[in-house]
Amino acid sequence: MEPADHILLAMLIPTVGALLIVLTRRNPNLREAVTLATAGLLFVNVLQLLPVVLAGGRPELSGFEVTPGLEVAFQVEPLGILFGLIASFLWIVNSFYSIGYMRGNKEPRQTQFYVAFAVALASALGIAFSANLFTLFLFYEILTLSTYPLVAHHGDAKARRGARIYLMILLGTSIVFFIPALVWTLAIAGTLDFTPGGILAGKASGLTTGLLLALFAFGIGKAALMPVHKWLPNAMVAPTPVSALLHAVAVVKAGVFTILKVSVYIFGSDHLLATGASEWLVYLATFSLLAASVIALTKDNLKARLAYSTVSQLGYIVLGAAIATPLALIGAGMHILMHAFGKITLFFVAGAIHTATHKTEISQLNGIGRVMPFTMGAFFIGALSIIGLPPLGGAWSKLYIALGGMDGEYWFVVAALMISSVLNVAYLMPVVVRAFFRPPDPDDHGHGDAHGDAAPVPETGSLRSRMKEAPWLCVVPLMFTAFACFILFFAPDAIEGLLQGMLEVPR
Amino acid sequence: MLAQHLPALQVVIPLLAAPLCALFRRGFIGWLIAVAATWLAFAAAIGLLFRVLNEGVISYAMGGWAPPIGIEYRVDLINVFVLVVVSGVGSVIIPFARTGTAARFNDTDQAWFYAMYLLALTGLLGVTITGDAFNIFVFLEISSLASYVMIAMGRDRRALTAAYQYLIMGTVGATFIVIGIGLLWAMTGTLNLADLAQRIPEINDTRPVLAALAFLTVGISLKLALFPLHLWLPNAYAYAPAVTSAFLAGTATKVAIYLFLRFFYTVFGGGGFFESTPLPEMFLVLSVVAMFAASTVAVFQDDVKRMFAYSSVAQIGLITLGISYVSETGLTGAMTHLFNHAIIKAGIFMLLGGVMFRMASVKLEDMAGIGRKMPFTMAGIVILGLALIGTPGTSGFISKWWIVLAALEKDQWWLVALILLASLITMLYVGRIVEVAYFREPSAKAADVREAPLAMLIPAYVLVIATIYFGLDTQWSVGLAQRAAADLLAGIY
Repeated sequence: MEPADHILLAMLIPTVGALLIVLTRRNPNLREAVTLATAGLLFVNVLQLLPVVLAGGRPELSGFEVTPGLEVAFQVEPLGILFGLIASFLWIVNSFYSIGYMRGNKEPRQTQFYVAFAVALASALGIAFSANLFTLFLFYEILTLSTYPLVAHHGDAKARRGARIYLMILLGTSIVFFIPALVWTLAIAGTLDFTPGGILAGKASGLTTGLLLALFAFGIGKAALMPVHKWLPNAMVAPTPVSALLHAVAVVKAGVFTILKVSVYIFGSDHLLATGASEWLVYLATFSLLAASVIALTKDNLKARLAYSTVSQLGYIVLGAAIATPLALIGAGMHILMHAFGKITLFFVAGAIHTATHKTEISQLNGIGRVMPFTMGAFFIGALSIIGLPPLGGAWSKLYIALGGMDGEYWFVVAALMISSVLNVAYLMPVVVRAFFRPPDPDDHGHGDAHGDAAPVPETGSLRSRMKEAPWLCVVPLMFTAFACFILFFAPDAIEGLLQGMLEVPR
Repeated sequence: MLAQHLPALQVVIPLLAAPLCALFRRGFIGWLIAVAATWLAFAAAIGLLFRVLNEGVISYAMGGWAPPIGIEYRVDLINVFVLVVVSGVGSVIIPFARTGTAARFNDTDQAWFYAMYLLALTGLLGVTITGDAFNIFVFLEISSLASYVMIAMGRDRRALTAAYQYLIMGTVGATFIVIGIGLLWAMTGTLNLADLAQRIPEINDTRPVLAALAFLTVGISLKLALFPLHLWLPNAYAYAPAVTSAFLAGTATKVAIYLFLRFFYTVFGGGGFFESTPLPEMFLVLSVVAMFAASTVAVFQDDVKRMFAYSSVAQIGLITLGISYVSETGLTGAMTHLFNHAIIKAGIFMLLGGVMFRMASVKLEDMAGIGRKMPFTMAGIVILGLALIGTPGTSGFISKWWIVLAALEKDQWWLVALILLASLITMLYVGRIVEVAYFREPSAKAADVREAPLAMLIPAYVLVIATIYFGLDTQWSVGLAQRAAADLLAGIY
């Protein structure tokens, strides 16, 4: 098969998968098998494109012109293949987890859930492989719409409210800021194609570039840059697999991916550095990542804390894009990957705890490490990776961004990153400490437990007798992603090699 | 031979079919006649489109009497575009009409309903195709009278007051139009539009001509429901039968917009004159107010049909906004939106017709939980609603894109901001429906409803698919609109 076919298949496979899921809705086992097969097939398909891109190729799939200046077309470049691989690979892991979680919690409307998931993945891949801003925008909006039913999944007042905020902010910012950014870019540059080196150099003044960057930074609400981050904590009403894959990986990463793409291929890093137009964004992103960490400290709800942690970590990537030095850009791209594995682990854990004990608040987690040792062990590893400690993947991306900041002579950035890491420790480690070093609450009869089957945790007895893990379909995926955080520590060269490709400007 | 007489056939076919329906007095036969007549009219419009594309402007002397003595039918790119929209929407709606009409009316009333439908279509096609000012008035009255009847046939008694309201307002509008035409005739001695277009530019600063302009402006604005002359529209759309709402929303206001373009750009002499009057500024302000006021009112409606009726007022504001720029880009956007909105709104009213058919209500509270009971109907409404918001991948995005481009051409950033903010309000009311329909427990009325019958769904889905298609391939919508806009600005007729 030609590379172009693989591009088409990357969007086609999940779409067909969604249809098959609808058709097999009467047989849950078959339906879940379809999800797994689709996810596996999709990853294998996207993987076929990797060697081509590594060899310097830029596979294309030409589409059609909608109206002058607006074209639907696809091209695979290093950043896109990285995002595509992350999203499709973690979909496989997440699908196993979803099965365990959705069945373990006896969630309603599961068919709708799996269908929306598949459509979301199709649009994420569309975003990853877009050859121009219009195509990206098209899939960006489909991604918003397809994930809306997932956020509103529970259908109660809280879920409806969360979903309303989700839709209003994401769709609203894209209409009010993203569309003008598109029109303006087209008016200045005459094209919306992603071009190595950017399309605005020599055409836009520093002020214009700065304003345009602001339209993009706030128009791409999925990047959750403060003050348009509010949708993300509100989206946490969704079932945990949604928070894990979509609101830690696919959706938010689509946002920061778009910011990076715009920074590299629309503005061009040289143009940004020469005009200094992105300097304000460095300050804002730094503020965003620190402020979100501080807010995270105040949250007792585990998912809410993780959500603000995500807002903070997305700030790192926007920061890298704004600094725009080569090292910072590579660091930002790498952080998409590293944070994905770390954060999905943490969300998996939050969901596993909910499935096993129906606990949602951190203050309820005293001694839970004795009951769920594997789960909480994985949490520890994932948390270390988010903090950025070796030997885990997160260490590298943060290092690159800090080095990039030094290159750009933003010394305060280095200081801010150090403070942020301390804050990360402060909001993640208490969870681990409570889980492993605090005795269980004496009157613990499983708070909020609808089933009443949570026996009081015995102080003594063998490990096996006091263990009460979530279904293995939940536990194995989270251990796997935690292990992957460790593996990724040994892979920075390969990733840097791949991402170098996005900075090559043909002369 | 046949192709030669297409301009006459365009109007004569539905005109003759109407009394035929009334004569047979059988619902099913009436429906068959109506289907045949509207589809033939659509075919005639397509035929005319290709003739105009090949030969340029067609002039047809009705009955062989050459103008200015006889009535001339004159077809150019601008009105053939509208003919295609009107007859196209008309022929998609008519297959849909059968189920609902047969369930509610007895045989005779059904036949009358189809007769009225055909007369309304005749009138609208006649207004569009004719090159004679007085003929415009005549056809306008035919279509208006027929649509009063069609509105009054709604199941709700309030339909009668709505029809009466429309009758009064419509008659006021028509009177203004006929006074304007009379003044023009007094000044030039001709009723032929092409002749008027030649003579008026020389005298267009005289007082009677300016008075004519004023009368025509008000009269046509009433017909196209420009804010604040829109008051007849919400009730008329809300209480009329679904077929009527869909038909009027897709065609009547669109033809009025065509009249507006024809008088201001062609008759009064190209874009130059239009720009020398305060009209563009006036229309700009009114359009923007319409977009905000009507959308905001729509958000607070509890009757979904009424909600979309107000939405129509807002969307018409978007079209007149495009017209008010007096630029090729703006006119392209306006004509594209005329095309796209006709399809979107007709589709929405048809789908709501399906809801009405099953539940005998389109109240928002009754539609709670309907997303699971009528999945295709609701999915269609969501897609068309997204097009109203202007989501990429739907036709609504394309028209908005062009109108935003036009604002940008004039460096009016604040207008870009206003257009997009108005889209946000659209998002609010569409979002309201989605939330109620999908994430509430089914209401008592929705508890045991089924999906709408296929005979209603399939025609509506033709329009849903068209909305997506014209969001991705725009050579027939934007492509034609762009050429028509260039002709309008140049005053070619």
